[in-house]
Amino acid sequence: MTQKLVVVGNGMAPGRALERLFEMVPGAFDVTIFNAEPRTNYDRILLSPVLSGEKSYEEIVIHGDAWYRQNGVTLHKGRKVVKIDRASKTVIAEDGTQADYDKLLIATGSVPFVIPVPGNDLAGVLTYRDIDDVNAMLIAAEQGGHAVVIGGGLLGLEAAAGLKARGMEVTVIHLMPTLMERQLDAAAGQLLKRELESRGIKVVTEASTRQIAATDPCLGPPRVAAVELQDGTSIKADIVVMAVGIRPNAVLAKDAGLATGRGILVNDRMRTSDTDIYGVGECVEFEGNVYGLVAPLYEQASILARELAGAPGAGFVDKALATKLKVTGVDLFSAGDFADGDDREEIVLRDAARGVYRRLVLKDDKVIGAVMFGDTSDSGWFFQLIKDSVDIAGMRETLIFGPAYAGGGNADPFAAVAALPDEAEICGCNGVCKGRIVSAITEKGLTSVDEVRTHTKASASCGTCTGLVEQLLTLSLGEAYNPAAVKPMCSCTELGHADVRRLVVAKQLKTIPDLMQELEWKSSGGCAKCRPALNYYLLSTWPGQYVDDNQSRFVNERVHANIQKDGTYSVVPRMWGGVTTPGELRAIADVADKFQIPSVKCTGGQRIDLLGVKKADLPAVWADLNAAGLVSGHAYGKALRTVKTCDGSDWCRFGTQDSTGLGVRLEKFLWGSWTPAKVKLAVSGCPRNCAEATCKDVGVICVESGYEIHFAGAAGLDIKGTVVLCHVKTEDEVIEVTAALIQLYREQGHYLERIYKWLDRVGMESIKAAVVDDPTRRNALFEGFMHPQKFSQSDPWAQRASGSTDSHEFSPIANLTYMEAAQ
Amino acid sequence: MTAMENVWLDIGTIDDIPRQGARVVKTPMGCIAVFRTASDDLFALNDRCPHKGGPLSEGIVHGTSVTCPLHNFVISLETGLAQGADKGEVATFPVRCQAGRIQLEASQLARSKDAA
Repeated sequence: MTQKLVVVGNGMAPGRALERLFEMVPGAFDVTIFNAEPRTNYDRILLSPVLSGEKSYEEIVIHGDAWYRQNGVTLHKGRKVVKIDRASKTVIAEDGTQADYDKLLIATGSVPFVIPVPGNDLAGVLTYRDIDDVNAMLIAAEQGGHAVVIGGGLLGLEAAAGLKARGMEVTVIHLMPTLMERQLDAAAGQLLKRELESRGIKVVTEASTRQIAATDPCLGPPRVAAVELQDGTSIKADIVVMAVGIRPNAVLAKDAGLATGRGILVNDRMRTSDTDIYGVGECVEFEGNVYGLVAPLYEQASILARELAGAPGAGFVDKALATKLKVTGVDLFSAGDFADGDDREEIVLRDAARGVYRRLVLKDDKVIGAVMFGDTSDSGWFFQLIKDSVDIAGMRETLIFGPAYAGGGNADPFAAVAALPDEAEICGCNGVCKGRIVSAITEKGLTSVDEVRTHTKASASCGTCTGLVEQLLTLSLGEAYNPAAVKPMCSCTELGHADVRRLVVAKQLKTIPDLMQELEWKSSGGCAKCRPALNYYLLSTWPGQYVDDNQSRFVNERVHANIQKDGTYSVVPRMWGGVTTPGELRAIADVADKFQIPSVKCTGGQRIDLLGVKKADLPAVWADLNAAGLVSGHAYGKALRTVKTCDGSDWCRFGTQDSTGLGVRLEKFLWGSWTPAKVKLAVSGCPRNCAEATCKDVGVICVESGYEIHFAGAAGLDIKGTVVLCHVKTEDEVIEVTAALIQLYREQGHYLERIYKWLDRVGMESIKAAVVDDPTRRNALFEGFMHPQKFSQSDPWAQRASGSTDSHEFSPIANLTYMEAAQ
Repeated sequence: MTAMENVWLDIGTIDDIPRQGARVVKTPMGCIAVFRTASDDLFALNDRCPHKGGPLSEGIVHGTSVTCPLHNFVISLETGLAQGADKGEVATFPVRCQAGRIQLEASQLARSKDAA
C-alpha cells in the first residue's frame, strides 16, 4: 500500500535519498516536499563556481521540475513548515498548507552563524548559504567596491575568491592565527594565505570584529560602511559576508519534542526519537558529530532510502573526511586528523620554490592525517591509506613522495591512480569507486569526462575529482584519450563538427568532393556518418547554390518515407497543427484499403501513420493522398516534424489564445525546412499545457498577456523540460522569434545535435542575445530562415508521385524472375 | 548447368543507377543489389544484410563499401564481407559493363539458387 512520505526541506541530502528510494521501490511512497526556498533541488557545493562566474544556476540544478512530476512528487515551493503535530501526524506550513504523513523526513539543513556584534543586521550584511545569497552578492559586486568576508574557512575563502573574480576589492578577516585551521596545519595555512594575497585578496588574521559601522543616516537608509576590529582598525566595506560557520537547524524538531542536541539526534538508521520520523543532512547529530560535507550526507541519504524501502543494510558510521578548496588554481587537500600529539609522528615535504607542501601524520605505522598544498595529485592514494588503515612500515622511506615511489621507484605520472585498488573511492560526493568508473569506461565505450559523469555520476557534483577521472580515462584508453582533442566527426577525419562548419565557410567549400579534397579526408567517399552531415552543412551554408546530394542522404530522406525492419515503409501525411477533416480521413482510409496497408496508427505528434507500405507502391499512395490535399509530413527527416496543439480558445473553457490556429500558422510557416536534427513544436492554449509544449524543441504557452516561448525540451533518450526564451505579445512575434531561433540553430547546430544539446554547448546567453535582445540580429536570422524556404517548401511526394523525380528509386532496374519459368 | 556458363544477361544501362547508388534486380532466388560507385565501378551483391536482412541497395555507398540502412553494418562491395568488428558475409555476383550496358552472369544466379 502506498505510504505518505512528507519531506521538510529540499536540499541535496533528501534529494539523493528520494532518488535512491524511487530506484528501489518505485511508487511505494506518495511524496510531498515542503521547500522553504522557492525552487527545486540544486547543488549547493557548486555555489562558489556560480559566484565566480564559472557556472550558471541552470548548470547546478540537480532536479528540475520535470523530475518531481515524473516521480509524482508534490513540491510546495517557498512554503516553510512551522509546526509538526506528532499526535495527528500532520505538518503545517506558514501559509496554512497542511500535509498528513505516515513517515516524516526532516531535512532542514543548517543556518549560517551570524556573529553577535552591533550592526550585524544592517543592509549589505550577507551570509553564504543559498542561491539567494549568491544573487545578493552578485548584485552588490556589479557596483564594484569593497567586500569584507568575515571567516577564513572553506566557505569564506570560496566567497572571497568569487567576489574577487567579480572585480571587488576583498578583505578576509579571520579570528584565528591561520586560515582554515580546522582543515589545515599552520604551515599550509600560511602557504594558502600567501597564495590568496598574490591574487590580490587581503587577509587579516587574529582579527576580532567589534562592530559593523553604518553609513551616515542623512544619506538615506543606513547600510554597511565598514568593519571595525577590536584593535581599532576600520576596514571599508560595501558588503560584508559572514561565513564563520553553520549550525544545524533543529528548531522545528525541538519544538515538536524530538530529542535534540546540537542537531536532531538520530541513530545509525537516521531515525529520530520518534519511530515514524527520520532526519538526514546537516540538521542531524550522530554520536556527537554534525556534518557539513556532502560525502557523509549522501551516505546518510542512501542509508535512509534503504531503511524506508525496507531493505536496511549497513548502518551509518563516522568516517574520516577529506576536504578540497574549490578555488580555481589553488590546489589544497586535507583529510583525517593532523593535530600534534606525543604518540604521533610526522613526515613533511617542503618545496618552497614550487609552493609545494605535504605533511603526513602517522600513528602506529599508519597514516591518520594528510595535508597537501600546491600539488594534490596523490591525494586519493593518501586518503585511501587513511581510510583503510594501511600499515606503511614497509614503504615509510618513500611514502611522502606518493604511490609512484611506493613500489620501488618508477616515476610514471599515472602510477598513483593505477596503484589504487578497484574499491578506492574516486568521487567522494557520489561514492563512486575506481572499479565502477573503469568498468563503465570499458563496457560502455566512454571517451570523455562528460560521458563518465552521465554514466556513473563521478565528478558530477563538486568536480574536484575530475583530474582523477581523466587519469582513469587515460589509463583505460591509453593514447585514444585526449582531453584537449575535439571529438572527430567520424574516422574519416580528425576534424570535429565545429571545425568543419567553420572551414566550409572560411574556405568557401561548396561540394562534398571539394570539401573532402581540401580538408584531407582519410577515406575515399567518406562514410555513412560524415556524408549526411556534410550534405546538411553545405545545404544550410549555401542555400540556393548547393545541389542537395541525394546519395549522401539516409534512405528515409532520399525516398521521403521511413524504412521499417522488413524493408517496407511508413507514410505519415502532414496534419497541420493536428487538425484534420472527414475528407482527409476518408482519403487515408481509402489508401489503406486500396494498397492493403497492414497497419494504421496514431503518432505521438497528432497525425496518422500508415505502416508497411511496399516501396514500389509509394508513388501511387502519395498520388492518392495528394489528391485529397495531403502532403508529406517529413516524419522521416532531420527537419520540421509536427506542431502539436491543444483546442485553445476556440473550444476550451480555459484557453487564453487560439493555440490551434497559431500551431497551424507555425507549421505552415516552418514546414519543409531542413535542420541538424528533428525539430518538434507544440502550442498550448494555457499553462495547463495539454499540448505538452514544455518537452518540445520549441514550445509556446499561451497566457492572457500573450505568449511564452520556450525551447530546448526533449522527451526521448533524455528528458528535459524546456527553458523560457522570452515572452511576446503577438502571434507575429512568436513566428519571428521562432524562425530566428531555428535559423540560429540551423547555422550553429552540429548534425544530429538536438536543440537542447546545442543550448548546452553554446549557452543561453548567446542565444538570447541573438534572438531576443538584438532586433537587428533577429531580423537577419529571420530573413536567413525565409530565403531557403522559397525553394524547400515544395511537397516532395507530389514531385515523386508524378514520376518526374527519382523514379529510379521506386522500381527494380530489371526483373529476371522469368528465368525460373525458362528453366 | 554448363549451358548457362558465360551467359551474360543485360539488365539496363549504367545511367539507370545513380553514382554512389544502387538498383535492385529481381531474380528467382531473391533480389540482387547492383551498385555503382563514384568511379563507375559496378558490384552485385545479395540485397540482404547478413545481420537482420536489411536491404543493402538502400544504404549509403562510400568508396567500395555500403552501410546497411537498418543498423549500420558496413559491407565491402568487393568481397561481401562485413567490415570492422561486425561479422557476416553476403554473396557477390559477377557483373560487368559492356558499351554502357550492365550485364549479370546468369550461371552464378542459377548456382546461387541451387545453393539456396
